[in-house]
Amino acid sequence: MMNGDGYVTYEERGDAMVVRIGGEIDHHGAVAVRSGIDRVLATRRPPRVYLELSGVSFMDSSGLGLIMGRYALVKRYGGAMAVLDPSPAVIRIIRLAGMDKMVPIRTGKKKG
Amino acid sequence: MKTTVDFFAAVENQFTIQLPSYSVNEGIARAAVAAFCAQLNPTAVELADLKCAVSEAVTNCIVHAYRDEPGEIRISVKLCEGRLIQVEIRDKGCGIEDVRQAREPLFTTDAANERSGMGFTVMESFCDSVRVHSKVGKGTTVILVKRLRK
Repeated sequence: MMNGDGYVTYEERGDAMVVRIGGEIDHHGAVAVRSGIDRVLATRRPPRVYLELSGVSFMDSSGLGLIMGRYALVKRYGGAMAVLDPSPAVIRIIRLAGMDKMVPIRTGKKKG
Repeated sequence: MKTTVDFFAAVENQFTIQLPSYSVNEGIARAAVAAFCAQLNPTAVELADLKCAVSEAVTNCIVHAYRDEPGEIRISVKLCEGRLIQVEIRDKGCGIEDVRQAREPLFTTDAANERSGMGFTVMESFCDSVRVHSKVGKGTTVILVKRLRK
């Protein structure tokens, strides 16, 4: 279980899958959610994956590992992944790691 | 812009907690520190920075110092004059062989478990000062210092 009100939901939109993560992503939370996400991605192999983070209230460097791990998985099967609507605090830590140079970040609008 | 830190500032209030090294306690540790520091009326960004830095240090205790074995994590918070916060996170785990290497961005001994190697970089970026004292086989103490704006 993630801390507090954590959740992961999945929504298929055409050839895209939106993975919504909410709550606090720390080491405890990341370990709890990553195997579930990987199971869904490995089974469905959606060509486009959006990791929607607007509901994430806290993220430390464990979240960076979670994002990079999923990005690597999606790339391995030939898909593409972007991060959607992270909070300013989450964007800050992503940029600190330079991860925004690899994983596209999209904010302020719904994915199409 | 980093501020100069006065390590001899008078302590105005302090508290200490001790938690077992269960990963579920990462959230409890940062929430407890944030709740105590809230009496200084930090900005939301300052509080978020402090929570993130504490979370990194506590996670290091759980993942690296104790390597998922049971152990104790002691967290002491001092609120000092001049709106200075000092957080000391101490474990009695395996210790760090090469602290300088451990502090390098992206360095990790646990890439298989998706550790990003950014823990110390986050602490350094979100605090004014980070000191690390470690002895192999004895444990590690991380001291975070953050000065809040007036």
